[in-house]
Amino acid sequence: MREVAIVSAGMTPFGELWRYSLRDLFVEASLGALRQAKADTVDAVYVGNMSGGQFVGQEHLGPLLADHLGIRGVPITRVESACASGGVALRSAFLDVASGMSDLVLAVGVEKMNDGGDVTNVLATAADQENEVYHGITFPGLYAMIARAHMTQHGTTLEDLAAVSVKNHRHGALNPKAQFRQEVTPEQVMASSLVADPLRLLHCSPVSDGAAAVLLCPLARAQEFTDRPVEIRASGLATSSMALAERRDPAFLDAVSLSASRAYHMAGLGPADIDVAEVHDCFSIAEICVLEALCFAEQGRGGEAARTGETALGGRLPVNTSGGLKSKGHPVGATGIAQVIEIFEQLRGEAGERQVKDAAVGLTQNMGGSGGSSVVHIFERV
Amino acid sequence: MPSPRYWREVPARYRLEAGRCVGCGAVVYPARRICPACRGQQFERLALSRRGTVVTSTVIHVAPTEFQMEAPYAMAVVETPEGARLMVQVADCEPNEVGPGMEVALEFRRIRKEGKSGILCYGHKAVPVR
Ligand SMILES: [Zn+2]
Repeated sequence: MREVAIVSAGMTPFGELWRYSLRDLFVEASLGALRQAKADTVDAVYVGNMSGGQFVGQEHLGPLLADHLGIRGVPITRVESACASGGVALRSAFLDVASGMSDLVLAVGVEKMNDGGDVTNVLATAADQENEVYHGITFPGLYAMIARAHMTQHGTTLEDLAAVSVKNHRHGALNPKAQFRQEVTPEQVMASSLVADPLRLLHCSPVSDGAAAVLLCPLARAQEFTDRPVEIRASGLATSSMALAERRDPAFLDAVSLSASRAYHMAGLGPADIDVAEVHDCFSIAEICVLEALCFAEQGRGGEAARTGETALGGRLPVNTSGGLKSKGHPVGATGIAQVIEIFEQLRGEAGERQVKDAAVGLTQNMGGSGGSSVVHIFERV
Repeated sequence: MPSPRYWREVPARYRLEAGRCVGCGAVVYPARRICPACRGQQFERLALSRRGTVVTSTVIHVAPTEFQMEAPYAMAVVETPEGARLMVQVADCEPNEVGPGMEVALEFRRIRKEGKSGILCYGHKAVPVR
């Protein structure tokens, strides 16, 4: 396998972007990445998108997006793994370059959620239709069940959950691309309206539009496009049971654990080597469980991390410096690539007020459904 | 939901029929072809006991369209004595009283109605054992 680098990135703001269609979002993010690298075409594109079909009634995104990016003829593969679609698109692009099949490959994530689709019902299609959704469960409901299991087994508190939202909003306030650039207090989080007990509105990531793109090439060619490439050291993808009820311990995300151990093994690195991480905080409880599955916190102790400041900017291991899904926004298919862009900028020293000092190694973790799929990547400054 | 799909799911939904793996004894609900524990393909049919214990739960306040009239309502993962785990609604109680460890009975109920003149969909709901 060849060594692979990311050489440029492009991203739209995240938010309710009423003036942008799905194709507009895709083109803006992709053009940003191409311009930054001064490249005008690519050998292949992988686009992560959860549900163009349900959100805006548009499938068959490959030819549509190639056409609108002005690169008709270029192969585009649409990749779907629910909310992990972006992360899996990056993995596909990585494998394409690593294998020697293609040299210059774009990995893009895009989702247009605010266009009239019934978001609650569309997101629920990432759960098991026959055994979960049929009975009236929602997506926040599944994570609420994970939260209640974690609270019962490990003594995690409502204050621990709120601390995750407070931290990520504090980070997001510093991110010009974030959907919500304001801080929130623990009191505001705990007084916000109930969505699925114990989760309240301010424990949940918002409904967002957005796109993000990164350009990959062999590390050996990276200097043609940038003097500060970031190497992709590892990629780990794993699955677990689709239905939450099938997991012996609903509070443990075993797909996250498995995808992480694959990535750590491939990179020859461990959790102690990571300087900065972007993880899938679709709900505050998710960040807590993910920290444990990534071995950043002991089993059952993930709730302490945000409360004690360990995962805040300036802490031992800053997590979700971008604001995370909570504050930056969560256009589902775009999220996995946006996480990568935050790490790319951190490792290049371009994160501005959010910069983690001397960050050399970063990690991203992107999750589908209630943890049915998870993909982890590890990056290193060159 | 299209009615052929509903018809296919009748054994599991009406009769709470699970499969017990002949190879390793794992109980799989609803029945499926391959055992998730040992990959065995031989199963015997097993009707689940109509009772169980809540493993974890929530109260849904923001509900899907078909369930909006019922919110807030409790949902739970319930484990039956055979070891099968089901996602069910918990009815006939104050939703906030439902929590891990609660003993419930599984009762045959109407789950949802598809559209204005759509089919009625049945299945099981849990009710607390008092
Ligand atoms: Zn078996």
